[in-house]
Amino acid sequence: MEKAIAVEGLKKTYQPKARKGVEVKALDGVSFEVPRGEFFGLLGPNGAGKTTTIGILTTRVLPTAGVARIEGIEVARDPVAVKRRIGVVPQVNNLDRNLTAREILLFHAEYFGIAKHARESHARQLLERFELGERGDEKITGYSGGMLQRLKIARALMHDPAILFLDEPTTGLDPQSRLAMWDLLRELNAKGQTIFLTTHYMEEADQLCRRIAIIDHGKLLTLDSPGQLKRSVPGGYLIELHVRSKDPAHSFTAALPAMPGVVEVKSDHERVRIYADRAEGLLASAMRLASEHGVMVTDAHVAEPSLENLFLHLTGRSLRD
Amino acid sequence: MTTMLALLHRDLRVARRELQYFLLRVGLQPLLFTFIFGFVMPRLGIIQRGYTTMLLPGILGLSMTLSSMQAVALPLVIDFGFTKEIEDRLLAPIRISGVAIEKIIVGILQAIIAGLVVLPLAWILMRVHLTLGATDVINLLLVAFLSSWLFAAFGMVIGTMIDPQQIGLVFNILLAPMIFFGCAYYPWATLNVIPWFQVVVLVNPLVYASEGFRLALTPQMPHMSPWLVYGGLVGFSLFFTWVGLRKFEKRALD
Repeated sequence: MEKAIAVEGLKKTYQPKARKGVEVKALDGVSFEVPRGEFFGLLGPNGAGKTTTIGILTTRVLPTAGVARIEGIEVARDPVAVKRRIGVVPQVNNLDRNLTAREILLFHAEYFGIAKHARESHARQLLERFELGERGDEKITGYSGGMLQRLKIARALMHDPAILFLDEPTTGLDPQSRLAMWDLLRELNAKGQTIFLTTHYMEEADQLCRRIAIIDHGKLLTLDSPGQLKRSVPGGYLIELHVRSKDPAHSFTAALPAMPGVVEVKSDHERVRIYADRAEGLLASAMRLASEHGVMVTDAHVAEPSLENLFLHLTGRSLRD
Repeated sequence: MTTMLALLHRDLRVARRELQYFLLRVGLQPLLFTFIFGFVMPRLGIIQRGYTTMLLPGILGLSMTLSSMQAVALPLVIDFGFTKEIEDRLLAPIRISGVAIEKIIVGILQAIIAGLVVLPLAWILMRVHLTLGATDVINLLLVAFLSSWLFAAFGMVIGTMIDPQQIGLVFNILLAPMIFFGCAYYPWATLNVIPWFQVVVLVNPLVYASEGFRLALTPQMPHMSPWLVYGGLVGFSLFFTWVGLRKFEKRALD
């Protein structure tokens, strides 16, 4: 069976615009495959190469080297055939401001040669489903961020694409709209829609995607299911203690590594970080050890294995930086 | 082809919605011109009454060419430089050059509508006596089509080359000289009194449009030879279309 997306050794170098500018290597040899029906996430900080990757896959950016295929069709060779098979939800609002929401959907379908009757009923359905029905005949100038985002997705779905691409779909949305957007995307995927999503929110990738590729500086760092990725961090659990102690040498922190499961201990004046490969019982043991050493614990926090920890582990930087 | 028609449908829907502004834009200038040159100045005895006959083809050419240029250039400048709305059409299942050609067709259509508004308006107000034979009508249709095409393609070159901040600059340093040196207000043939100027203005595409309309509407007056008119119109049209399509593709792809 053809893969929905197949990318091989993709490179993109942007030539400097000004004479003294520097070349920017946006992608530096990226390869991955996405089977049909998958919810695939590309996770990375801003400037990692996510938008360039989506741009190449959706015919808008020409790769400097490498091959991208959509359903077996080489994107650079036959962009028109690829455009028929993809729906794109870009990061920027490129909705047609001269038209009403309904017209945006109808014209989009018309571009794709969908018959009048079919496109009218499909537009009605999508407007209802995305809760835009009431204001469907307004121009989009008064729409909220969440509404615009939903309309962009509705537009991308008008021609029943084989693959739906979403570039940072929840950036700039309030928490409530974000959760609503997640539900909507999950529902689409449950019905068999292949989805390719980029995000710089770890939680979003973790919650939605079946597999995640982590990208940084144009290179793919790792690719796996969220569970596997988190398990791959050595000592994935993190116990953080805030302590008060009369003993500046902290005999307490010296005793910690001997506890079962502890991988690494880091401390500064009042904060002790314990990296461990399991969390069960460890907090209680650490508290007991603290009181034995006359150290008072003022605050304690246990962090589950997370993609944030993984990114930190892979790059030495936080995703949020 | 279906996609191309759908793109045209969209642009015409938007244009129809702005019809009143469009009519104002294309109609006002000829109206003012006609009033000043056809009514006020002849009464003041500053210009001869026959001047309007010389002016009519120029005004028609100017209205049509500016309409088609604006219809292409302005939306492109805004789309590429600011709203990125064009991306939505670039994802339609059609080659990028197809999207560009559709834009040029829209420019031609708008120019023809402008022509249909301005010609009768100017004709009636200027009270110019026009007698059009069969050849003249064919010339008129050909010149109207070629001039609109030329300036739609020119609009694409401008629209893909400049940033939104530079629009004002373009009007000042490009459009103003083009209009003044475009033989809209005086026939090219009469420039033989300033030979160097007569040659220099040949780089201005508007000259061929103005002279083309003179050839078609007032063949009895001095005008450029048909060969030069059609050569200029076709040559510039092809050249600007070629440059415009290439620039468009460059802007559309990263």
